[in-house]
Amino acid sequence: MTDSKQPLSDGSAPAEASSPEAPEGTTRREFIATATVGSALLLEACRHAPPVEGPPPGTAPAELEVTFKVNGQLQTLKVDPRTSLLDALRERLGLTGTKKGCDHGQCGACTVLVDGRRELSCLSLAVMHQGAEVSTVEGLAQGDTLHPLQQAFIEQDALQCGYCTSGQLMSAVGLMSEPCGASDDDVREAMSGNLCRCSAYPNIIAAIQQVRRLPKL
Amino acid sequence: MNPFQYEQSLEVDSSVDRVSRAPEATFLAGGTGLLDLMKLGVETPAVLVDVRRLPLAQIQELPDGGVRLGALARNSDVAQHPLVRERYPMLSQALLAGASGQIRNMATVGGNLMQRTRCAYFRDTATPCNKREPGSGCSALEGINRGHAVLGVSEACIATHPSDMCVPLAALGATVRVKGPQGERAIPFADFHLLPGNTPHRETALEHGALVLSVDVPALPAARHSLYLKARDRASYAFALASVAAVLELEGGRIRQARLALGGVGTRPWRASGAEQKLAGQAPSPEVFQAAAKAALEGASPRAHNGFKVELAQRLIVRALTRLGGRS
Repeated sequence: MTDSKQPLSDGSAPAEASSPEAPEGTTRREFIATATVGSALLLEACRHAPPVEGPPPGTAPAELEVTFKVNGQLQTLKVDPRTSLLDALRERLGLTGTKKGCDHGQCGACTVLVDGRRELSCLSLAVMHQGAEVSTVEGLAQGDTLHPLQQAFIEQDALQCGYCTSGQLMSAVGLMSEPCGASDDDVREAMSGNLCRCSAYPNIIAAIQQVRRLPKL
Repeated sequence: MNPFQYEQSLEVDSSVDRVSRAPEATFLAGGTGLLDLMKLGVETPAVLVDVRRLPLAQIQELPDGGVRLGALARNSDVAQHPLVRERYPMLSQALLAGASGQIRNMATVGGNLMQRTRCAYFRDTATPCNKREPGSGCSALEGINRGHAVLGVSEACIATHPSDMCVPLAALGATVRVKGPQGERAIPFADFHLLPGNTPHRETALEHGALVLSVDVPALPAARHSLYLKARDRASYAFALASVAAVLELEGGRIRQARLALGGVGTRPWRASGAEQKLAGQAPSPEVFQAAAKAALEGASPRAHNGFKVELAQRLIVRALTRLGGRS
């Protein structure tokens, strides 16, 4: 239900989505801005539609307040306890770089870092993250300087449609601080929770290995 | 997802008390199993008691040389812990063969014990399932049952226990420490998971409100020489079609003791005691390993699509024993 609202901005590559501080004036930014206006209209239309899923009248659980850091910024949200971390990031904080694929922990598109470790934001409630530090793909680049993995993904052509890419990137960032053997097979195994239906796997592995072989991340 | 009340708990006693008093309440730890099933409408708790901040995440050595795995220790931390890697390599291997890197970072020891079957009919609220809805019937008996169990089955349920971690724990004869409304107690691993029988909705020996505190793995020096093998449809990130956890201790050219447990083929983690007995005292040989493998699958009761699991599990057992036996 959520992703269909923002088909155009969802199609943007993560490297692009991750540099909100970039100088303005690029065609891409205008494109995204236009898409966002479109989405906002759609969203408005959705508000008037009856909810597809929701508690019966009178049984709605109280909203809970949760405070956590996202990409270094303190955020406080009031959420229905059912809100997944993924939906909180996308729908409440506008961080749509993190993707909703299967919403059941089977595809890895929603991977983010929680307190430095890669986790699935779809299988987690926002309220479980009181005081946590969450990192998303939007936080990878330092201004105009891409994260080495983002740069490597571009150089190795590690994507086609790009939908899984932010999850691949965040999973790869998490992998960098995990024990993992040196071989391509070791990386394949460690990245098996991130599906890519374009099957860009060989180039994804090449990109990750390129960064792992750098002297120091 | 049904609405629920979310509460965070900071104490074991109050968590147990809270869930015990509310029949519709349940514990929330890693969330990787529970939240998935809540999205599917299979689990519909009215209260979630988040126990993730309880001080139960430690992995520590026990005085007898065993290792205590805190219920909230993450799968990845257990798999990489030096005590586990050194003393129970098959446990580390089993954990790393399960799920994905992300899920292992979230999933806990206690949650792994409590995880529910991946039977497609259990997960689909549109189909009858005795486990989900007692008395409604089993869709798998005459349905697509390629992934289902061949050991410990009943006419009410043939759902497979999905855990990798539990397979070596069964072989090791671990103990599950729990705290319930009646206080603390220790449950032998073999008694923790129940056979489906006529009550497949009852899956563990835990009473409502009881909380897993730790899994205590006993000292077993022979387990330093152990192996977990898993056969699945994909090379990674798939549940087992069959798996085996094996310990083989050799002394003077003979098998002093063996430990064997199977995953992916049983309705619960399956200790193959009969096979262990076949091995004890024998000189290792292909024939001896074959006989043990045969004994392990004795009484197997396959359905239309899962007959291959009998052969597959036997081959895995022989392969595991051969690899362990060749390194003595």
